[in-house]
Amino acid sequence: MKYSIIRFPGSNCDWDMFYTLQDVMNVTPVFVDYREEELPENTAAVFIPGGFSYGDYLRSGAIARFSPIMEAVKRFADSGRPVVGICNGFQVLTEAGLLPGALRRNDSLNFICKPQKLTVENSQTRFTSRFNLNQTVMFPIAHGEGNYYCDEDTLKKLESNQQILFRYQGNPNGSTDDIAGITNERGNVLGMMPHPERASDALLGGADGKLLFQSLIESVAQNI
Amino acid sequence: MMTELTPTEIRDQKLYLQWGLSEDEYQQIQNDLGRLPNFTETGLFAAMWSEHCSYKNSKPLLKQFPTTGDQILQGPGEGAGIVDIGDGQAVVFKAESHNHPTAVEPYQGAATGVGGIVRDIFSMGARPIALMDSLHFGELNDAHTKYLVDQTIAGIGDYGNCMGIPTVGGETTFDSIYQSNPVMNAMCVGLLDVNDQQKGAAAGVGNSIYYVGAKTGRDGIQGAIFASTEFSDEHETQRSAVQVGDPFAEKQLMEACLELIHEHSDILVGIQDMGAAGLVSSSAEMGAKAGYGMEINLDTVPKRENGMIPYELMLSESQERMLLCIKQGHEREVEELFRRYDSEAVQIGKVTANKQYQLFFKNQLVADVPIHALVDEAPVYRQPSQKPAHISNKAGQWYPQIDNLTNTFEQILKQPTIANKSAIYERYDSQVQTNTISTDRSDAAVVRIRGTKKALAMTTDANPRYLYLDPQIGGQIAVSEAARNIVATGGIPLAITDCLNFGSPEDPESYYELEQATKGMAEACATFDTPVISGNVSLYNESNQQPIYPTPMVGMVGLIENLDWITTLDFKKDGDLIYVLGKTGDDFNGSEIQKMQDTDIHGQLFDFDLEYEKKQQQLVTKLIHQRLIKSAHDLAEGGLAIGLAESSFASGRGFSVKTQLTGGQLFSETQSRFIVTVDPENQTQFEKMAGNAATYLGVVGGQQLRIQASDSLLQIDLKQAQASWKGALEWQLK
Repeated sequence: MKYSIIRFPGSNCDWDMFYTLQDVMNVTPVFVDYREEELPENTAAVFIPGGFSYGDYLRSGAIARFSPIMEAVKRFADSGRPVVGICNGFQVLTEAGLLPGALRRNDSLNFICKPQKLTVENSQTRFTSRFNLNQTVMFPIAHGEGNYYCDEDTLKKLESNQQILFRYQGNPNGSTDDIAGITNERGNVLGMMPHPERASDALLGGADGKLLFQSLIESVAQNI
Repeated sequence: MMTELTPTEIRDQKLYLQWGLSEDEYQQIQNDLGRLPNFTETGLFAAMWSEHCSYKNSKPLLKQFPTTGDQILQGPGEGAGIVDIGDGQAVVFKAESHNHPTAVEPYQGAATGVGGIVRDIFSMGARPIALMDSLHFGELNDAHTKYLVDQTIAGIGDYGNCMGIPTVGGETTFDSIYQSNPVMNAMCVGLLDVNDQQKGAAAGVGNSIYYVGAKTGRDGIQGAIFASTEFSDEHETQRSAVQVGDPFAEKQLMEACLELIHEHSDILVGIQDMGAAGLVSSSAEMGAKAGYGMEINLDTVPKRENGMIPYELMLSESQERMLLCIKQGHEREVEELFRRYDSEAVQIGKVTANKQYQLFFKNQLVADVPIHALVDEAPVYRQPSQKPAHISNKAGQWYPQIDNLTNTFEQILKQPTIANKSAIYERYDSQVQTNTISTDRSDAAVVRIRGTKKALAMTTDANPRYLYLDPQIGGQIAVSEAARNIVATGGIPLAITDCLNFGSPEDPESYYELEQATKGMAEACATFDTPVISGNVSLYNESNQQPIYPTPMVGMVGLIENLDWITTLDFKKDGDLIYVLGKTGDDFNGSEIQKMQDTDIHGQLFDFDLEYEKKQQQLVTKLIHQRLIKSAHDLAEGGLAIGLAESSFASGRGFSVKTQLTGGQLFSETQSRFIVTVDPENQTQFEKMAGNAATYLGVVGGQQLRIQASDSLLQIDLKQAQASWKGALEWQLK
């Protein structure tokens, strides 16, 4: 089984995701170029890493969503298999219509990078089964456009379907309802601004992020 | 549109003077050529012989620096210096100043400062792993300064963040002397497999010269010349001399260049960044370094604007461009590689045997000069030097006036130079690449080397106030403090890079400062065995004849050989014992408290003993290696009181301390001191090893900061003190 990491021009958390999957989680990551039209065979999950795809010019994620590989990612998601977008990856997934809502500029209008406490809002998903409900975890954030927005109706749906997996403690960016990470309705596509791959090694200040990868890897194993 | 004067018009109208060439230099060019230089040639010489490119005023002084050592693989003269760190790996680093561009257009000035230094690092074959900066601004009571600070931070952040290179540390100070002439220095650190080491040389007759990256526009024309003259009130009109950055283009360019270096080294002869003085400096330097000539066809240079003349094409400082020398016959390979990264690679010339530097434009030979005349034969000046009137020989110490010790302490915590800098550093991605172990919790930033047990410690330091009072001792202290930061973190200093930010070398007092500061730095570098492996010189930092303080930024990198030795500054546990290493004297001249109470600094700088400093550092290293100390923090601006507070804030633990020092002496800035904490279990062993260098102060614990001085008591709630310290800068930036 392979864990496919999509690389756009300007992706820059690609190696961080690669090393976390390979060295910390002991699974097999592969890079997939944005010009490819198919995912590698045996792809268990797709990761869209952080960075500045196409320089975030126009609007973050707005150009990347037209990349050839995104059609394959959509088909993969439509088949119910897991897709995870972190930071810029979350922005790409909202632009591609795989997740509801949009990411606006932080309300401070400044880029912000710091350790951020989150509350786990749903521990009954394939991405969060290793967490406890209402557990406080620390994942770093690093973004200029992480201010999640959706309209009232969407928010109601997100809440009633339990699609909100993480909320900020002390909202850093103005996100609607403190939302830090959500899934799609089916629960197989996750987007989040905080970086679990930056919180997977105690030497770097914390390892709460490992729980997310463990949850996902276990769910993949169970589905086989 | 620029009109090209004829050679005789240049002579008669003395255009060369406007471009910064002196009468003697113009005469020397005529002698070199055996004729009058034409418009393009005059421009080439003006750029290449500017201080920024030729170091003509600073060269004799830079010769004082030690530049070699067993660990040094590459000293000054290439894109960046290289230090061996074992296991086939090396660390590559350099710093660069972008003061003038930042003063007139802070966002682009700072952004392109970062972009330029990053190119220097990857041109050596290294992957950039960290950025640092050193910023000095005017006081924050002025709207323009707030704008400069905000836009400079935004520029640094946007460029580094987009490139995916963590900004892991730096320093920011505020003083009215920098009001019109801020200092913006950026440093980049890279990691290199020794086998991938590159040089900026173009050898081998017939080999191809390739232009890669962004197109050439009119931005930044004469940037190097602009950086080599003083400011006046008209500098608002010089915005066109500032370049515009595109970090996305540079990210693509970097990945392409690194792939070329790592996968196709057999066809790559040399590579160099097009930095200051753009195409002319990169191409002429590459040819001259290898002992060859070069011809370039300007019609093939990718252009962003119409109607550009040779002078503009050669002197443009458009960003995100590199020059390559590729073995003949491998042209297609290079072009295809860069195309995959949506980056352009165009053959613009070739290496020649005749040691001439020849430019062709519309089938005409438009410049034909001996390549060594351009690159190596700039005149060198030893300028007259005179001790500035403000340097005092009068012994005599200024003393702080302290009526209420706790109030004074809280007031110092709020000084922008002392206050917490999170309002700045949280705008930088400090974590990308997932190797950052510590940024603000240690005296030097710590970045691990993946796949090894090692880490790098890195710091940037300058205390211009000390240099203003005594440039030689101040220069010694700048290097010593950098070393102290590395040592306190558990590292062994390897080498330094520097940015020498000074006033005009043609002013004897400014030249004296440069001469004495470099002397002091050289002495300290010899003491710590930290050669100078790279750097840059930024002179003419003046505004309306007022020079900035002498501001040599020292960027030092150290090696932490074992991750277990990483030592941070935060207190670790209630009950741990606090000691200060080193004696405290009445050293207030040039201090933060003098600045705060008198609004300026004055008097004779305190004495400093390099040998004692070295002994103290060696002791700390020994204590760390023996695992006898749990935290270490060097004492700098604000003295003992501030040092203790910082260790407390970083841990959320208070302390209770008793000392024979007076309340005033808590703010003395005596050098060569550290505060360390010790597990009570190790007290005997620690005291035995530290001997009389250590003085017991008290214990960690509680939620109060409490210092019982000989004449007064400092006592304040931890949360209250921390709020003052943390909120002060953010509030003043608004």
